[in-house]
Amino acid sequence: MKILVCISKTPDTTAKIAFTDNNTKFADGGVQFIVNPYDEWYALVRALELKEAGLATTVTLVNVGGADNDPIIRKALAIGGDDAVRINLESGDSFTIASQIAAVAKDGGYDLVLTGKETIDYNGSSIGGMVAELLDAPYVSLATKLDAAAGNLTATREIEGGEEVAELSLPAVISCQKGMAEQRIPNMKGIMGARTKPLAVKEPVATDALTSIVSFELPPAKAGVKLVSADTPEELVRLLREEAKVF
Amino acid sequence: MVLIFADQTDGQIKKQAFEAISYGAKIAGQTGTTAEVLVLGTVENAASTLPALGKYGASRVHYADNPAFNGFDAQVYAAAIADAATAAGADVIVFSNTTSGKAIAPRLSARLKAGLVAGAVALPDTSAGFVVKKSVFSGKAFANVAINTPVKVISLNPNAFGIQTSETTAEVVSINLTPSAGKIKVTSVNKVTGTVPLSEAELVVSGGRGLKGPENWHLVEDLAKEIGAATACSRAVADAHWRPHHEHVGQTGGAIAPNLYFAIGISGAIQHLAGVNRSKTIVVINKDPEAPFFKAADYGIVGDAFEVMPKIVEAVKKMKAVG
Ligand SMILES: Cc1cc2nc3c(=O)[nH]c(=O)nc-3n(C[C@H](O)[C@H](O)[C@H](O)COP(=O)(O)OP(=O)(O)OC[C@H]3O[C@@H](n4cnc5c(N)ncnc54)[C@H](O)[C@@H]3O)c2cc1C
Ligand SMILES: Nc1ncnc2c1ncn2[C@@H]1O[C@H](COP(=O)(O)O)[C@@H](O)[C@H]1O
Repeated sequence: MKILVCISKTPDTTAKIAFTDNNTKFADGGVQFIVNPYDEWYALVRALELKEAGLATTVTLVNVGGADNDPIIRKALAIGGDDAVRINLESGDSFTIASQIAAVAKDGGYDLVLTGKETIDYNGSSIGGMVAELLDAPYVSLATKLDAAAGNLTATREIEGGEEVAELSLPAVISCQKGMAEQRIPNMKGIMGARTKPLAVKEPVATDALTSIVSFELPPAKAGVKLVSADTPEELVRLLREEAKVF
Repeated sequence: MVLIFADQTDGQIKKQAFEAISYGAKIAGQTGTTAEVLVLGTVENAASTLPALGKYGASRVHYADNPAFNGFDAQVYAAAIADAATAAGADVIVFSNTTSGKAIAPRLSARLKAGLVAGAVALPDTSAGFVVKKSVFSGKAFANVAINTPVKVISLNPNAFGIQTSETTAEVVSINLTPSAGKIKVTSVNKVTGTVPLSEAELVVSGGRGLKGPENWHLVEDLAKEIGAATACSRAVADAHWRPHHEHVGQTGGAIAPNLYFAIGISGAIQHLAGVNRSKTIVVINKDPEAPFFKAADYGIVGDAFEVMPKIVEAVKKMKAVG
């Protein structure tokens, strides 16, 4: 089983969110970028575990982005993976990115494509499903567990108020979230080794974007907290009932 | 025409579908067309349940009562919805951005080459093109996204629009959709019973490391029980195994948008806020006046949760007794 893990670059979880160019561009000055946590902690680590258990032969990382994504790809390679492919496309909507990933998956004959549950910047939760449709493959989204046996997978996915277990055949696409694996910290050997792992850069296939971002905006500022004295908690209950009307 | 996919499990239409229908009906009103609903699989008491969807603004319900749709497979669903949407001439297709919406809507978008906005929080702006506002950066910002294709797919964030009702009923038409051969077999479904699922809860009470240990969770649970809320926790708490992982909210846990988020002994780290900042009203109980959570809160008490919480529960009991 050959696994393809989708890796995206996102601003650090503590990054200040601000916009420039008339609110059309994320202000990335001084912002630290990281591997999207769902991709790194869950999709990648579970892929590595499957390989370590002898259930996968290779783990390849794929990223769609410009050359400035290379440090992020190396960071992910420091955790593990045999090699990486970067599709040299600066930006695109979810469908454009999914089309690139699907093309890589098809050309490389990958059996299993793993994505994160969502990117923490765009929050699309969309690319996995799109890749699956383009590959005409089954898709389990928001998976919390994944096990493999010869030619078959068992995946558990989150549903409202519980979970659902399903069996599916390969090739398949799975989007991963917490529960799937435990975060791994790269060690020195991994970091050194990542420098020399193959990172192939390929040109994108032709696709059309279906959507485009017109502008960003920040939510209106909160009016400020209304503090109630610890001596009169009943006043809080009154405010919640009469002013906020929550119960 | 606006087609709304009304998701059902175990024969029951999901609550989030009512909101999606209300939203779709409003779009239909905006664009001078009708709102119609699609239901896949067998619904209990269909003869009364389905016409009642008119209450949320649907004029017609397309009902594909085929047991092949009773087990969930996003691939089979997306193909069937695509067929139904094309046959009915839908130009806007609406989902609720629930676990199933997140699985189906992207597939449908790729299948129909119809642009998708997932996580919509407002009605589309049709004054120039078709622009939908969505939540981005884990609730810390919004993006206005233009859908540039003739058919548009929108997946609405739960609790972003609200349910709207009127006194109308919908016409129900049975439709025949041929299910494609599925490649997924659902082998078991486990649901937490007896409690409100966190993702659907309107009221949520949540605890953090300030509660010191799992033995003190009655401080969270007593209030939750009294007001009928679901319980949640910070990641620090789930990582310490004080509470199960499905209760963990935040950047890497669940993202929720209840009417009330009541946080006890949680510092309000930015990654925690990312999962709860879309809540309508936020209450913070923390003994540290400098806790960052107060900046994101609507109401708060600076105080010791061990002293304050029992008094709050008492006050709620009294309030309920008065009615
Ligand atoms: C990449 C990344 C992702 C993360 N994702 C998440 C996530 O999804 N969700 C999440 O929650 N965290 C997440 N975190 C962790 C986050 O940064 C915080 O560490 C975590 O939220 C802290 O949990 P806490 O508020 O319960 O504990 P603490 O930060 O220890 O806060 C405890 C609070 O309790 C108060 N307190 C103490 N005693 C009392 C008392 N007697 N009465 C009242 N108040 C009291 C203290 O003043 C303090 O404010 C993430 C971190 C990273 C780096
Ligand atoms: N530019 C990208 N390159 C490779 N994979 C990506 C890219 N963007 C998103 N993904 C993958 O798709 C998942 C879902 O992204 P999204 O639909 O944007 O929320 C992410 O967790 C990644 O695994």
